Amino acid sequence: MKTRVAIIGAGISGASIARVLSKYENLEVHLIEKNADVGWGVSKANTALIHGGYDDDPEKYPMRAKLCIKGNRLWHEWVKELEIPHIWNGALIVALRDEDFKELEELLERGRKNGVPEMRIVDKEELFHLEPNLNPEALGGLWVPIVGQIGPIPAVIAIVENAVANGVKLHLETEVRGIKVEGGEVKGVETNNGFIEADVVINAAGLYADEISKIVGVNDFEIHPRKGEYWIFDDDIPGPRRVLFPTPTPKSKGVVVTTEISGHLMIGPNAQDLPKEEKENLATTREGLEEVWKKAKELWPNLPPRSKVIRTFAGLRPEPTGGDFIIRAEKEVWGFINVAGIRSPGLTSAPAIAYEVRDIIKLDLEIKLVEKKKWNPYRKDITHFFMLSKEKANELVKQNPSYGKVVCKCNHVSEGDILEAIKRMKLIGVKTPSIDSIKVRTKATSGTCQGSFCRVRIARILAREYGVDLWNVTLKGKGSEIGIGDVKVLLRGEVE
Amino acid sequence: MIYDTIIIGGGPAGLAAAVKAKKLGLKVLLLDENEFLGGILPQCIHPGFGLHYFKEELTGPEFAHRFIREINKLNIEHYTNAYVLEIENYSDLEKKVVFSSPKGVMEVWGKTIIYAAGARERHAFEIGIVGDRVAGIYTAGEAQTLMDIYGVMPGKEVVIVGSGDVGLIMARRFALEGAKVKAVIELMPYPGGLARNVMILRDFEIPLYLSHKVVEVRGRKRVEKVKVVKVDENLKEIPGSEFWIECDTLLISAGLIPNVKLLKRIGAQIDPLNGGPIVNEFLETTIPGIFVAGNALLINDLVDYVAEQGELAALGAKEFIKNQGILSRKWIELKRGSNVRILAPHYISGERDVYIYARVSRPMENVRVTFPEIGKELRLPVVKPSEMLRIKLKAEEMQKAEKEITMEVEKGEV
Amino acid sequence: MRYKLTCIVCPMGCTVEVEVENGRVKEVSGYKCPRGKEWAIEEVISPKRVVMSVIKVKDGKLPTVSVKTDKPVPKDKIPELMKLLAKIEVKAPIEVGQVILEKPLNLDVKVVATREVDSA
Repeated sequence: MKTRVAIIGAGISGASIARVLSKYENLEVHLIEKNADVGWGVSKANTALIHGGYDDDPEKYPMRAKLCIKGNRLWHEWVKELEIPHIWNGALIVALRDEDFKELEELLERGRKNGVPEMRIVDKEELFHLEPNLNPEALGGLWVPIVGQIGPIPAVIAIVENAVANGVKLHLETEVRGIKVEGGEVKGVETNNGFIEADVVINAAGLYADEISKIVGVNDFEIHPRKGEYWIFDDDIPGPRRVLFPTPTPKSKGVVVTTEISGHLMIGPNAQDLPKEEKENLATTREGLEEVWKKAKELWPNLPPRSKVIRTFAGLRPEPTGGDFIIRAEKEVWGFINVAGIRSPGLTSAPAIAYEVRDIIKLDLEIKLVEKKKWNPYRKDITHFFMLSKEKANELVKQNPSYGKVVCKCNHVSEGDILEAIKRMKLIGVKTPSIDSIKVRTKATSGTCQGSFCRVRIARILAREYGVDLWNVTLKGKGSEIGIGDVKVLLRGEVE
Repeated sequence: MIYDTIIIGGGPAGLAAAVKAKKLGLKVLLLDENEFLGGILPQCIHPGFGLHYFKEELTGPEFAHRFIREINKLNIEHYTNAYVLEIENYSDLEKKVVFSSPKGVMEVWGKTIIYAAGARERHAFEIGIVGDRVAGIYTAGEAQTLMDIYGVMPGKEVVIVGSGDVGLIMARRFALEGAKVKAVIELMPYPGGLARNVMILRDFEIPLYLSHKVVEVRGRKRVEKVKVVKVDENLKEIPGSEFWIECDTLLISAGLIPNVKLLKRIGAQIDPLNGGPIVNEFLETTIPGIFVAGNALLINDLVDYVAEQGELAALGAKEFIKNQGILSRKWIELKRGSNVRILAPHYISGERDVYIYARVSRPMENVRVTFPEIGKELRLPVVKPSEMLRIKLKAEEMQKAEKEITMEVEKGEV
Repeated sequence: MRYKLTCIVCPMGCTVEVEVENGRVKEVSGYKCPRGKEWAIEEVISPKRVVMSVIKVKDGKLPTVSVKTDKPVPKDKIPELMKLLAKIEVKAPIEVGQVILEKPLNLDVKVVATREVDSA
C-alpha cells in the first residue's frame, strides 16, 4: 500500500520535494498548485541566484546556514540533469568604505563555519581584475567563486516535468480549502476540485504557508511579504561578469547588480516590508525603483539611460517569524510537515530542502522509503532556435517547417519552440493557455519590444493548439484574458 | 546567384523599393517576416494613404494592395514568413543575408541591401509607468492588430496615452465598436496628431488631458484603474495633481522607434535624434551599398513619403551597382539649426535635386524656414512636430554651398 | 449659436466661425478658400463622416475584412450603421472594392471591402 503524499504549492520548494520523493516507489505524490502553471508565486520574481552560504548566521538561522551551501552543491548536478539554464560566474561582495571590511571578514568567517569553500578577501587590484567596470572607488571585496545564476521558473518547470515523468501527479488550478485531520493525523486536503486523500501533507505554500498551517492548528509563526523591485535593461547594454553585492545589512543582502541569465543587465531588489494582508501586492513603485537605482549606482556607476529599461517588476519574499526556514514535522498533527518561510536563500536551498523533507518523512514520521529501481534523473530542455547552429536549424526545419517561422523577433523564438512548449504544458496538465507560460519556457515576449510584436502571434498559436477563441487566451491565467470577446461583442450588447 | 538588391521588409517602403528596382531592371529579392505582405498597412483601415502618390485617398490595405498587385504582375521574387537573422557586409558588392523561413535557414547574396524593416512601438516600461503588470495593457499597434485583423475586442473602457495620430485613430476604432474611451492623455501642451484626427475627440466626446501623463496602473489580473498626473511647462510632475481613472484597458501610443539592431550590429552609424541611420541623398547608410527607407530611417507620417523613400533607395541601389559606389565630388553636410529635431538625409552631393525630410522640436506659427548658406527661404503658416516637412532643394539652389547647409526654423516677422 | 471649427480640408487648419440661428446659417468667417467655407457649413448643419470598420468573415484566411463607406455618412446615423455592420458576416473570398452592402439604412452610400481575403 502506497503512502499518499500531498505537497501544497508547486514553487521551487514544492517542486524539488516532489522530484526527490518521486524516487520512492511506495510514495504516491500529488503536487497541488492553485495557479494555472507552476512557479508563479515567489519563484517567479527574484534575483535568480544560487548563493554561496556565507550570509546565514548558523546560530541565528541554523536551517538556512545548513541548507544553503548544501543546496548550492546539489544545484551543480541538478542543472546538468535537468538542462536548466545556468552560469557559475561567482560573486563579489564589494567594500565601498573601510568599515565594510570588518563585515566582509565576518562573512568570511561565517562562510567557513558553514562549510563554504574557496572564498577569500580580494584587494583592489584583484577586485578590478575580476570585475573591471565596478565603481572605481571600490576598495576590495569578498570573492565567492561558487555562486551562480539560474532561470528560476525554468528551473521549477524542469523539476516539475521530471517529477511528472517519474510519476508525480500535478493538480493545477487547484486551491486547498481545508485539511482533514482525524485523531491527530492528516487524512487529506479539501480543494476546489475535490478531496485528495493523503497520509502526509507537506505545506510548501510560500506566502500563504502560515494560513495553511493555521488550518491544522499550528499557528506559532506568521509570514509577511517583503517586496523587492527590479529593473531589467536592453540586451545591448553590457552588464557585470560576476554577481555584484554591496556589503550586506542585517535586513537584506542589498541591491544586487547582475547580468541575468538571458544576458540583460538587472538591478534589484530593495526590501520593503508589507503587512501580511498584502500578499498579492506585486506593484512596482516610483520610490522602490528609485531606491534600487540609487543603490545600484554605487556599485555600477555606468547605469544606462532610463529609456533603455525594458522591464521593471517586483517580487515578494515570504518572511517568517524568527527569520529562519521552518521545516519540521508537526508533532500535534501527525503527517503534516511545514516547509515555510522559504525566503532567501530559498532558491539555493531548494534541493537540500527536498532531501531534508525526505529525511523528515523517513526519520520523524518513520515511513520506510523504498527506492525505485528505475528512476529517471534526466529531463531535456525544449529546442531553442536562437541557440542552434545554421546546420542544425536547417535539419530541424526540414523535419518540421514551423521551426523556420520566427515568432518572437527580439529573441529569435520560433513557432517550433512554442509548439514544443505547448506540448510540455499539456504534458504536465496546463489547462488554461497563457502567454506567460510560453514566455518562461521559450523567452518569447521578454526582449526589447516586450511582446508588442509577438504577443498576438503567440496568442493565436495558443488559441489554435488549445482550441479556444483568441480572446480567451490569457496573459497569466483566468481573469487575465487578452480580450473581452470578438470585435463586435459590445455592439451586440453582450457585455455590460 | 547574386541578387542586385535584397530588400528587407515588405511594408510600403520595401514594396515601393521592390517595384521600382524591378522596373529599373534589377534582380530583386524581397523578404518579409509576416504571413502576408503590407507591413503595418493591412491593419490601418482608415483613409489618409496615397493622396500624393496615387492622387486618391485610400485606406492602408488599399494602398498596400496596389503595390502587391505590382509585385505579382512583375513577378518579383519574394518570401513571406522570412525573418532576417543576420546581415554581413563582405565587400562593396557582396552582402550576405541570412534569413529563417519555413523552408529553412537560408543564405542569400546581394550586391546591395535595402533595409526597410520599419519601427517598433514604445512600451509602458519605457515611459516610466509603474504598478501592476496585468492584462489590458497594449501598445496601439497591438490593439489595432487584435481588432482590425483578428477581430478581437481588447476591452471596453479605455484610457489612451498619447494624442498622436495612431492614438487618436485607435480612440475612434474603440468608440465606433462600442467601447467607452474615457480619456486621451497627452504629455505636451498641444495635441500630437493632425487636425483631422484631433477632431475625433470632439466627434466621440472624449476628454483630452493636455500636459498630463499616466504614471501608474493598478489591477488584480487586469487593469482596473490608472493614475494620471499633471505636468508643468518643463514636463515636471505637479505634486497634488494626481487623480485616478477607472478603466479596463490602457493603450500606449507613445511613439515609434526605428528597428535598426541589424544595422547597428554591422557598424552603420546611427543618428541618435532620428533613431535611424545616417544617410546620403540616395539613402545609403555609412555602409556602402546598404540603403534604408521608411520608418527604419526616420519616423514618417505620410505613407506617400515612405514609398518615395523606397523608390529613392532603389535608384540608389541601381546607381551603386552601375558606378561601383555612390560617388560625388563633394559631400555637403545637412545640419540642424534652431528648432529642427529630425532631419534626413545627412549628406548631399549638391549635384541633383533632393528632398529633405524634417520635423521641428516645437510648434510654431508664422514660420521662416531658411537655409542660410544657399540663401533659400520659405514661409509656412504653421509647423508642428507631428507633421513632417518635406522640402525640395534644387541642384541649382545648392551651387553656393561648400561644406554645410543648415536648416533653420524661426519665427517670421509679423 | 456660434461654432468655432478647425478646418481639415487642407493642412492650413484655418479657424472658421459659423453663426447659426433657428437652424439656418447666418454668417461664416475666418475661411481662406471656398472649400473651407463649404466644409464649415456642412460640418455645422449636417456633419458627415466616412465610416471605416471591419466585418466578420466566414471561411476566410483572416476572420475579418476591413470596410469603408464610399461616401461620408451623416454623423447621427453612424451608431445605427455600426450596429448593422455588427450583425453581418461575409463569406470569403473577398476582393478589394467588393460591395458588401448597398444603401444601408436607406443611405446613399455603399459599404465596400478595402482588403482582400482569400478562402481558408
